Amino acid sequence: MDIFRVTSPGSFTTVQDRGRYSFIDRGVPPSGTLDLFAARIANLLVGNPAGAAVLETTMTGPVLEFLDEVDIAITGADMASTVNREPVPVWRSIRVKEGDVIRLRQAKSGCRAYLAVTGGIDVPVVMGSRATCIQAKIGGLEGRPLKKGDVLARLPGAFLAKPRRLPVEFIPAYSPDVVVRAVAGPQDEAFASGLETFFSSVYEVTPEADRMGYRLKGTPVYHDKGFPRSIISEPTVPGNVQLPADGQPIILLVEQTTGGYTKIATVISTDLSKIAQAMPGNRLRFQQVTLEEAHGIYREQAVLLKQIETLLSSAR
Amino acid sequence: MSHIYDKPRIRISGDRAILVEYGDVIDPAVNEKVRAMTTLLKGNLPEGVEAVIPAYRNLSLLYDPLATSPEKLLSLLLELEARLHEVKIPAARIVEIPVLYGGEFGPDIEVVAEHSGLTVEQVIAIHTATDYPIYMIGFTPGFCYLGGLDKRIHTPRRKTPRMLLPGGSVGIAEAQTGMYPVDSPGGWQIIGRTPLRLFAPERENPFLYEAGDRIRFVPVTADVYDRIHREESA
Repeated sequence: MDIFRVTSPGSFTTVQDRGRYSFIDRGVPPSGTLDLFAARIANLLVGNPAGAAVLETTMTGPVLEFLDEVDIAITGADMASTVNREPVPVWRSIRVKEGDVIRLRQAKSGCRAYLAVTGGIDVPVVMGSRATCIQAKIGGLEGRPLKKGDVLARLPGAFLAKPRRLPVEFIPAYSPDVVVRAVAGPQDEAFASGLETFFSSVYEVTPEADRMGYRLKGTPVYHDKGFPRSIISEPTVPGNVQLPADGQPIILLVEQTTGGYTKIATVISTDLSKIAQAMPGNRLRFQQVTLEEAHGIYREQAVLLKQIETLLSSAR
Repeated sequence: MSHIYDKPRIRISGDRAILVEYGDVIDPAVNEKVRAMTTLLKGNLPEGVEAVIPAYRNLSLLYDPLATSPEKLLSLLLELEARLHEVKIPAARIVEIPVLYGGEFGPDIEVVAEHSGLTVEQVIAIHTATDYPIYMIGFTPGFCYLGGLDKRIHTPRRKTPRMLLPGGSVGIAEAQTGMYPVDSPGGWQIIGRTPLRLFAPERENPFLYEAGDRIRFVPVTADVYDRIHREESA
């Protein structure tokens, strides 16, 4: 079921789902949507399973010509989207018809927008996932970002009986001042003297910020005397904050699996969405939480998501 | 000071992962423990554990915080630890990798020979004489961190990395040797190329090896290289 043609791909638009976790021990990065919350809500708004494949678009969005009637939802960054030049409301479902042109522009707030269609985007499942991994050239559309002229299809799925919208109290506000919560470790002992600086400084997001990682700039944090700058390479997870010898933090994200630099702290999983929406030039601060607090936040988030899911699917 | 720990040490890597560490040294004895624990865990994945990723001296466990906790995992690990000596770790599988050394596919082999004070033939003989343990796979799909490179052929990286190394390139960098499974930039001294597809995403098992296996490089002629290459592309 062909559903839209790409008239303009935007600056970086890929097909993503919840990621490819079966081969991370073979060096295949998880990939997947960087903002899991926004992607999940986009899917729920059109009645999809939470992990259906969506479009993830970065900074400047695509122009899409629809080839058939379908429900869509746009969430995440506000890209001043229009359908046939009329503003499109975000964080809610809309019905588009054949010939409609959806245009996503430059992000006004946030960095990444998600677009879900009824049924989910239909690309082949590769190694257990539809997520695009550029480095491995797999998933999505031929393992690459969208380009002009691409035609994407969708999987079968029922149209909504009634439009859905996310109540405003659940819509995240994207501020240029970002606070993310993080637990110390796995190698915080190498920074006994720098830990306080790290958790009290304000860092700037540099232009080197992508799905591999976000490089930050600010007060450098150095290793204590006697601790090596690098460690024996080991598995990394999204959210690990590396500190190379220059003392400038790098937040590792979803396109890598191993690393050899010491990691002072790790951003908690629920707050990775905030990093996904942080733009170069934004200010970012790490707020320390204990592991117990982090798990409390994780459980609350799970309850919240359940609540939203019930709310959206019962709104008839 | 480098150590082998008496008991595994747990490191917190965010709210969904722990690292289980057996030492702070690259050492076959430490890696044996990593292999043994990986085998045990994968054979009977504990509740709430989503992935087990072995590395040189530690392994990473991804877990669901709604289903388990680091405390639970630690007590389970200590329980398993007591049984570790009973575990029969399967003998390391030897994976043969055919390599066409030198020439167009191994443009730096003479650099390695010159640096080592050896002939090209000696470099090949030394490089193919060891079964290299795979300590970890990472960096790119299927990229192996191998141990055991003979000191005589340790060679520094190229001063200028190449922008594009074709997938299959086999190289040396300092004390490391390995293969680039997919096209990527790289600064290693390239001594040959394998005709095997080291990453074949469309196959049910896209990889020929996993951490714990051993890599044996086998020198082949251009004819054999071409034949395997044809079979692999078919």
